[in-house]
Parts: sequence; C-alpha cells; structure tokens
Amino acid sequence: MESQLRRYTPFRGPFDPCPPVPFKTYVVPPNQFITFQPPDLPQFSLQEALKYGTLWPALFSPYESKCKGGGK
Amino acid sequence: MWIYEKKLQYPVRVGKCDIRMARYLSEQYGGADGELAAALRYMNQRYTIPDKVIGVLNDISTEEFAHLEMIATMIYKLTKDASVCELEEAGLGPHFAAHDHALFYNNASGVPYTTAYIQAKGDPLADLYEDIAAEEKARATYQWLIDMTDDGFKEAVQIIIDDRNQNSIPWHYIE
Repeated sequence: MESQLRRYTPFRGPFDPCPPVPFKTYVVPPNQFITFQPPDLPQFSLQEALKYGTLWPALFSPYESKCKGGGK
Repeated sequence: MWIYEKKLQYPVRVGKCDIRMARYLSEQYGGADGELAAALRYMNQRYTIPDKVIGVLNDISTEEFAHLEMIATMIYKLTKDASVCELEEAGLGPHFAAHDHALFYNNASGVPYTTAYIQAKGDPLADLYEDIAAEEKARATYQWLIDMTDDGFKEAVQIIIDDRNQNSIPWHYIE
C-alpha cells in the first residue's frame, strides 16, 4: 500500500500565517498501471473479495483517514 | 493578449492564523459582488460599449483579475496548512468535502459562482451604472470583512477598496 502513496513537500513561504504542514500525500491507485486485464490474475476468495471490495489483490487500494479518528 | 507579471499587484501579508477569515474572504473570490464577477463583467461589456470607454473597461477588468489574485493568495495562505479538523472548526467542512484544500469560486456560504450574478445589457448607461453599483457593493463587502478581522492583510484590502472607489467615479465614463 505504501507504494500507492505519493508524497510531496508543498510550497512554504517565509511569512506563512499558520504552522507549516511537513508534507502532503495523494494516492495513485494500481488500476492506473494495469491497462488491460492480464491472464490468470490472482484472485481473492469470494469472502475476501467482499471484504476488500475487489476480486483482485492487484487492484486493492485502501485509504486511511488523514485526520486520526475521523473528524474531531 | 496579456503580459503577466509574476508578482502581486500589492503584496499580501497575512499575519494571523485565522482560518475563519478564509471562508469570509471567499465572498470576494466567487461571490456575487466579488472580484471574479467584476473582472468577467467588465471584460464582457467591453465589446459593446462606446469606443471611448472600451479601453477603460479593459483596464479595469485586468485590474480586477489582479485583485482576484490577491484574494486568492490570502485564502490560500490561510488554508494551505490547515488540518481537516481546523477547517471544520472554521466552518469549512463542507468545502473540504468537495474541494479538499483547493480554492474554489464560491461565496462565503459555499454557493458556487454563477454568471447569473452579472449582466450585459448593451445599453451604455445601464451597463455603466451596473458597474458602479457593483463597485459600491464590493466596497461595502470589503468593509464588513475588515470589521471581522484585526489582521495585517487589512492593508492590502484597503488598497483594493481605493481601486474600487477609482472605478466608480462616474465622470471617468460619462461626459
């Protein structure tokens, strides 16, 4: 999953009013790199597929809240 | 055709981390009497106004875009380092839901910009009076914004107000 996360350092001005964030992140999900369906792509079991929301582990792209605990 | 100068018309210094003001400032970004409305209104009326004032409207529109850039800078500076929780506390939760930290052309209540805010009647007097009315409404909005902050960016806002007043002197247009 870590490999799906991109990280960059945003512009930091000398007179920014608020304490700076160290970095920003965004996700590039694996479907961006799979342009056609390869043969014999490994599959989750049906139970797992329901849990992960995809039939193929190669397409699994989870997302975690940036605000721990979600909101306040 | 324009030539872009890679600096603001007037420097913007935001001294206080008051994220709440970012939300209120968006009234001048994508609001009915905001800079985007003003810039687009002038830029469009320009074509069908008597020759004598085409250049004036073009110049004013260009300046409104410069103001728009200043307002954008204020909003950006105030929100760029804010956490999700801080944005929510400042009343920007709905904005985050739709736009993350991106700026967007909507007003302080989150209503997206629409060209229904502006008009081009083709009648020179009607158009110029609308422009002048819009300048006064924008000036009033800036005054209420100043009422809501004690931050240093008031200076930059004052510069914009002064430009506003210049644009609403009727004899600039009418003889």
